[in-house]
Amino acid sequence: MEPAVALSDIEAAPVTSTASPAVDSSRLTHLQRLEAESIHIMREVAAEAERPVMLYSVGKDSAVMLHLAVKAFYPSRPPFPFLHVDTTWKFREMIAFRDRMARELDLELLVHTNPDGLAQGIGPFSHGSAVHTDVMKTAALKQALNLYGFDAAFGGARRDEEKSRAKERVFSFRSAEHRWDPKNQRPELWSLYNARKHRGESIRVFPLSNWTELDIWQYIHLENIPIPQLYFAAERPVVERDGTLIMVDDDRMPLKPGETPQMRSVRFRTLGCYPLTGAVESTASTLPEIIQEMLLTTTSERQGRVIDHDQAASMEKKKQEGYF
Amino acid sequence: MAHQSALIAEDIEAYLTAHQHKSLLRFITCGSVDDGKSTLIGRLLYDSKMIFEDQLSALESDSRKVGTQGGEIDFALLVDGLAAEREQGITIDVAYRFFSTETRKFIVADTPGHEQYTRNMVTGASTADAAVILIDARKGVLTQTRRHSYLVKLLGIRHVALAVNKMDLVGWDQAAFDAIVADYTDFARKIGLDAFTAIPISGLMGDNITAQSTDSEWYSGLNLMQWLESVEVDDDLRERPFRMPVQWVNRPNLDFRGFSGQIAAGTVRSGDRVKVLPSGRETTVARIVTLPGDLDAAVAGQSVTLTLADEVDISRGDILAAAQDPLPVANQFEATLVWMDDHALSPGRPYLLKIGARTVTASVTDIKHRVNVNTLEENAAKRLELNEIGVCNINLDQAVPFESYSENRDLGGFILIDRLSNRTVGAGLIRFALRRSDNIHWQHTDVDKTARSALKSQKGRVVWLTGLSGAGKSTIANLVEKRLHANGRHTYLLDGDNVRHGLNKDLGFTEEDRVENIRRIAEVAKLMVDAGLIVVTAFISPFRAERQLARELLSEGEFVEVFIDTPIAVAEARDVKGLYAKARSGALKNFTGVDSPYEAPDKPEIRIDTTATSAVEAAEQIVDWLEGREADYTI
Repeated sequence: MEPAVALSDIEAAPVTSTASPAVDSSRLTHLQRLEAESIHIMREVAAEAERPVMLYSVGKDSAVMLHLAVKAFYPSRPPFPFLHVDTTWKFREMIAFRDRMARELDLELLVHTNPDGLAQGIGPFSHGSAVHTDVMKTAALKQALNLYGFDAAFGGARRDEEKSRAKERVFSFRSAEHRWDPKNQRPELWSLYNARKHRGESIRVFPLSNWTELDIWQYIHLENIPIPQLYFAAERPVVERDGTLIMVDDDRMPLKPGETPQMRSVRFRTLGCYPLTGAVESTASTLPEIIQEMLLTTTSERQGRVIDHDQAASMEKKKQEGYF
Repeated sequence: MAHQSALIAEDIEAYLTAHQHKSLLRFITCGSVDDGKSTLIGRLLYDSKMIFEDQLSALESDSRKVGTQGGEIDFALLVDGLAAEREQGITIDVAYRFFSTETRKFIVADTPGHEQYTRNMVTGASTADAAVILIDARKGVLTQTRRHSYLVKLLGIRHVALAVNKMDLVGWDQAAFDAIVADYTDFARKIGLDAFTAIPISGLMGDNITAQSTDSEWYSGLNLMQWLESVEVDDDLRERPFRMPVQWVNRPNLDFRGFSGQIAAGTVRSGDRVKVLPSGRETTVARIVTLPGDLDAAVAGQSVTLTLADEVDISRGDILAAAQDPLPVANQFEATLVWMDDHALSPGRPYLLKIGARTVTASVTDIKHRVNVNTLEENAAKRLELNEIGVCNINLDQAVPFESYSENRDLGGFILIDRLSNRTVGAGLIRFALRRSDNIHWQHTDVDKTARSALKSQKGRVVWLTGLSGAGKSTIANLVEKRLHANGRHTYLLDGDNVRHGLNKDLGFTEEDRVENIRRIAEVAKLMVDAGLIVVTAFISPFRAERQLARELLSEGEFVEVFIDTPIAVAEARDVKGLYAKARSGALKNFTGVDSPYEAPDKPEIRIDTTATSAVEAAEQIVDWLEGREADYTI
């Protein structure tokens, strides 16, 4: 069992580059244009929504979104709370990191866990990934949005992640039941977003729509944005199941006969519930090395997520049901 | 994901530095169904090594299952995202794809070719710097090619490539290519598309996409990727006068008051004089605030927060502009409208108009003509249906700062929003301001509304009765006026049938005419209220939007909405004028409650339930409500 990561270890990798100069002698770079667009989107929501919230999942996309939110409203604090849907199965380091960010940036952090799922003891080992995700993630998110009456929720999804996401609007409308109707989304022209809605309806807003995975990593690198250490390679206790390396993050993980956690140098390309998140063997311990590995790798990042394999167009189906 | 480069493995830091300085090009691809758009985009992604092994293996298995290329890789499957369209085999929405090369990052809007989806094409084109228009070499310039080209031109895209696709299927025949180019050149000239680059390609085989085709030795121009990499990204915006719409007022505490927005044009430096529009107040830029630190200057495209030297009243939607070169302000425009909703545009109906960070109420006063995008003919039109384009006069309830769309997309492009459904129903491009409103000033009179009301010892109001035909509006209105008159009030009753005999006798019962009918009545009622009268109106007035329009014409408290609430079954059973019977038999069209909707008021000042209240009691209830609020005016 690896000891819990000390807070002091959770730092961004050493970075030598400095942020790009604000006014380049030539044109704005693609990252500057993406940053300005994301900030524009966040300010529109802050100005037009009654009760916005930013979903904070502790991952790298959330880290970038949080960083952009701080920039967008500076010197004000982001004028909305941050919501983490905690399935209780997240990596322990994610929770420590989340609490540290909230403290350091003086954020209003809300944490929600589905009390029904908790009472029934829903978990990925006992109930499988589908039930766990449905109850502890999808249902929990809807509960939290209803509980606090949020009418706009920022999410970190990107259009390059998956095919059905490529058609997602920046402002994605959900019915009062949080359902997404692909045929009933509003055209988005120029940088004009129509944020009007009826009572009970809500908007999911994706300020990172036009970012790619490489953009995210490069921006983290340039802006020196803190991310959990789990993204960097380290010796961690893992077992191999169905070809996937699962980190034994706590003693709730039932080991099968013959399974013994082994220390391997691994890292994670996405973060989520530890039993559902595959590790990759790696020695990349700095951001440039991570980016290098990502660029040379031959599988897409969502492959580490268990839910996408289920069936063709599964993401589209999940979205219609209210999954982010 | 990125393209592969030797630098990635050898010197990742050098690669990152290079990538960091890449520019961004947004472009759209458009073409008719089966012109091979999706295949082309799939090919661009594939050739720039944007496809991972897992995606590739999924693609290979999909190609075998549902592919149209006889087991060969079907690139179109890479980009046809939604399950529904995979089954139908057509693209039904705008999809955005990403790839990059050594020098540039690209965002592609994949816009549908199907005729009824003009709306999506306009959406994709609105953010594009360049366009790739696909033509099937076997088919040449089609109606849809013309439509797409017209829209590309309309939306202000200046860089156009004409990709003549499927050249392999015409044996790379140069004469066929030249004929298509000549044909297209004629058309391009007609729509004012000054320049385009024609490239013979085969998306399926990958010829002239990222590498020169060996089959087209007669073609020595750029391949498609070279063209995409060489298109000049328009940065001349920063040479224009400074403009920034204020999105958000940044007030963390009493000591800081900043104005946040994305710069739409020009360059701003601390110390610059700026003018606030529409108010016209001038001040000086004190700081350009960003994280991690203040800037000396900021340019078009950047999102910043400005602080100003003076305390000036500025709110969301105002525009900060170079003081020596401010932008114009107007409340009437001629604009090109692209209609995007199933429910047609009705002239006279109020919509919300969003331009920059400002939302106002607007209505189309006149459709000057509808453009047939296939023939470029201009036809007269009374309405605009889904996917139709028209040149219209638009009237706003307040003046807004603007520039023509051809000058600046962000300051001259707007959307129209339906006030009830909240849907985005139209996109507009400002051509120019109409000066008419400047010449017609409200004539100031020394005797005003207050003076006229005081002489009558009453407050002028409109008592607006709304409800189904046969609900009892006219009966109740008549009783209300009699009672008010008996109380010594100065009144006037505007009744539906009477008005249609004179003022509105040119109007029929189509939705547009009904909107205009109510607009005129509201304007007449407004003049009467100005005269100090209590006006009672009895009209079905089925649409919330028009009643809201009437309410907004008047001052707070002057509009009293009375909902004569009668269930349709009860009204139909009464059928005093025999109209329901006619409507049911089909002899009467657009009859409210039968084949035209009635939108009940959300929050009427007074609601009369006629199933529980007699006409006399209803009139009493209304008069009591009014007299209870007249205390201030009674001598």
